[in-house]
Amino acid sequence: MAELEYWTEQVKKGRISRREFMGRAAALGVTAAAASTLLAQAGVAAEPKKGGDAKFGLAHGATTDTLDPAAYPDTGTQVPFWGSMSNSLTEVDAKGNITMDLAESMEPSDGAKTWVCKLRKGVTFHNGKDFTADDVIASLRYHMGKDSKSAAKAVLEAITDMKADDKNTVIFKLSGGNADFPYIVSDYHIPILPANSDGTADWKSGVRTGPFVYDTYEPGVRAKLKRNVNYHKSGKPYFNTVEFLTIADVTARTNALTTGEIHWMSRADLKTLNLLGRNPDVAITELTGYGHYVFPMDVTQPPFDKVEVRQALKWAINRDDINKKVFLGHGVTGNDSPIAPSVKFARDPQPRYSYDPERAKSLLQKAGVSNLKVNLSVADTAFNGAVDAGVLYQEHAKAAGIDINVVREPNDGYWDNVWLKKPWCADYWGGRPTADWMFTVVYAKGAAWNETKWANPRFNDLLVIARAETDEKKRAEMYAELQQLVHDDGGALVLVFNNYVDAHSKKLAHGEIAPNWEVDGLRIAERWWFV
Amino acid sequence: MNPIVKTVLQRLGLGLVTLFVVSIVIFSAVTLLPGDFATAILGQSATPETVAAFQRQIGLDRPPVLRYLVWIGGVLRGDLGESFSSAGGLGGGHVRTVVSLVVPRLKNTLFLASFAALIAVPLSLALGMLAALYRNSVFDRLVNLVTLTSISVPEFFIAYILMLFLAVRLPIFYSLANVSADTPLLERIARCALPAMTLVLVIVAHMMRMTRAAIINLLASPYIETARLKGVTPGRIIFRHALPNAWAPIATVIAINLAYLIVGVVVVEVVFVYPGIGQLMVDSVSARDIPVVQASALVFAVTYVLLNLLADIVSIVANPRLLRPR
Repeated sequence: MAELEYWTEQVKKGRISRREFMGRAAALGVTAAAASTLLAQAGVAAEPKKGGDAKFGLAHGATTDTLDPAAYPDTGTQVPFWGSMSNSLTEVDAKGNITMDLAESMEPSDGAKTWVCKLRKGVTFHNGKDFTADDVIASLRYHMGKDSKSAAKAVLEAITDMKADDKNTVIFKLSGGNADFPYIVSDYHIPILPANSDGTADWKSGVRTGPFVYDTYEPGVRAKLKRNVNYHKSGKPYFNTVEFLTIADVTARTNALTTGEIHWMSRADLKTLNLLGRNPDVAITELTGYGHYVFPMDVTQPPFDKVEVRQALKWAINRDDINKKVFLGHGVTGNDSPIAPSVKFARDPQPRYSYDPERAKSLLQKAGVSNLKVNLSVADTAFNGAVDAGVLYQEHAKAAGIDINVVREPNDGYWDNVWLKKPWCADYWGGRPTADWMFTVVYAKGAAWNETKWANPRFNDLLVIARAETDEKKRAEMYAELQQLVHDDGGALVLVFNNYVDAHSKKLAHGEIAPNWEVDGLRIAERWWFV
Repeated sequence: MNPIVKTVLQRLGLGLVTLFVVSIVIFSAVTLLPGDFATAILGQSATPETVAAFQRQIGLDRPPVLRYLVWIGGVLRGDLGESFSSAGGLGGGHVRTVVSLVVPRLKNTLFLASFAALIAVPLSLALGMLAALYRNSVFDRLVNLVTLTSISVPEFFIAYILMLFLAVRLPIFYSLANVSADTPLLERIARCALPAMTLVLVIVAHMMRMTRAAIINLLASPYIETARLKGVTPGRIIFRHALPNAWAPIATVIAINLAYLIVGVVVVEVVFVYPGIGQLMVDSVSARDIPVVQASALVFAVTYVLLNLLADIVSIVANPRLLRPR
């Protein structure tokens, strides 16, 4: 029954859903009743239960935070204000698929250039106002236009026109076909806000449509929310109130969890994780998200302009070693495609890069480069452990005759002075829910954040074609090729996809955890419950 | 003129000059840091257009000298301004004045500082006097050993040790001190117990040793010798004869430690998640929220100026030679 134990472990960690577990158990010849008992023993509650006041300890939150969805810089605002108080038109589920939220349906036409969005009827805002097409238009328009300072400005630029066909229908016109448009409007920057009478969006009042209603908020300290009794998802939410505490110090967070001050903590301390796991009242969840750590090379600058040099550098790094030593094994090693394994259309391009100094040497010989010396700019602002990873890489590369000079940059001003400026540096991407989104933002020619300045003509042509293609099978093939191109020719060295490692009291229960953002896709307040 | 009044006026005048200089230094330092509020808030997602739009809204496109003058002009009129996080409509009408951010935090900090001081000051004075009285005894050595150990260990380490034993192993106290404005007083005291204990352990050594040294120093002087020869009891010698002359150095050390309790406890605040002003200032520096940084710095400077002034007044009042100079 080792397999059954394995699946029990998986459902406990949130990697598969309860329903899936039942399926697997049935396949192994276990009755539904027995499987239920197993789950109960493993601490996975049979059915969500209502009630209780839940407290969550978040690693983020600053005194400068506001309710303004144009910003939402980290989980300190994303989890309470988007994931708990708001809804977007669509939502990404635990499998990485798009599901409808405030929209009832979104239908493409005209090569995915026009999208007809039917809205859910009977939804009200926290103040009782009906949810209509005007609210959708005002909410999206808030991020658009010249003066917008929104982080969602770039992704919404493709919208050329929005109009309300009737009270419950919005028609979007895009500048180019995009089959992934429903994913774009699922972003946490784009909650649906109530429209003011002048057509602007009201984000200030904190009135939204979500499972919880704004109660009290002290920026950088706590946000307290109470249940929305008129929530449109039946049966949800389960908690009576939720409270999010900013506890920046990981030891304080851990102590708060073990002493029962909070029920859930984000970002457990990896170094002491095994000790925490021994606590009988605490459970640990771990899953690989979309976020990844990269060393992007500027392919317009020598020596990175030679593809052999880029490939040699990719073969000269021992990613397993770095994953083991720097991230203590809490990650999945990258293969120089930025698409996480759990994203739709993800492929693992071949040959998989592994540590092969001899191959690196022969590639350099082929390119006619001897005594390769390069600077790698790192700082722990890029990602925790960037400096250590750089130094380990330096050692790995020596075996291939490559001399990497690790330059430790100051944390302050790293994004202004180093990133996109120095030819080779360290960087972190939170990842995007679709392959197209990730590629368009970071790898397409001319993209503002194209950190590798890579401009592969085949890649750029295919990217536009794939975006407008609505045939799933054809898209899958195209994205496989796109990932192969980035893997073979691109300038990004993807180290690892990092795991989200959180811990919670066994009083809490959960279904399958979503990997699209941390904190269960930021929607922990809506999805979890008390046993 | 009465020497006390004269000193107070002189010091207050100098204090104002100090504050002015501090404000210039802080403003220049924050301005010299790479990046500004716009880039700090937007982080990796800063594009040139969004940064420019941001800067226009909060007036960061004006030259620094002008911004400083506008700010200092406001301060002179008693207006500390608005936090960048709400200035220029970023807070959308929810104006976040600097005062509304700083005052609640300052109250929390003052509460914790008073709590710690109320325990630490009497404790260290008593220990210091006893140690002086029974110097070189086992008691003296023990007190020195314990207090020197506690001051030599970093404060976060003391905090974690206390938390481990008094909150995790033996759940007597709270591990989080995240009080809010509506926390009742008793719960507030219970929640602040561990941070206050940490601070007491950190500052006792300094004050205790100074008290001990000052009194031992005096005990060797001829007038104490005389008192002892005429048969005055040891307690009376210390309280009546030694302590009045020892007040000046002790008061100075107490003032420095009180100032530390107000301005230097950010590490303790972080460990216990206590919403104090140190945390606010660190947050504001990393977000380049200059008005809040300036206001916090001014609060800190005022603390130092006032406490030093108080220490000087105490030494004058306690010492007749300074009180009635010929």
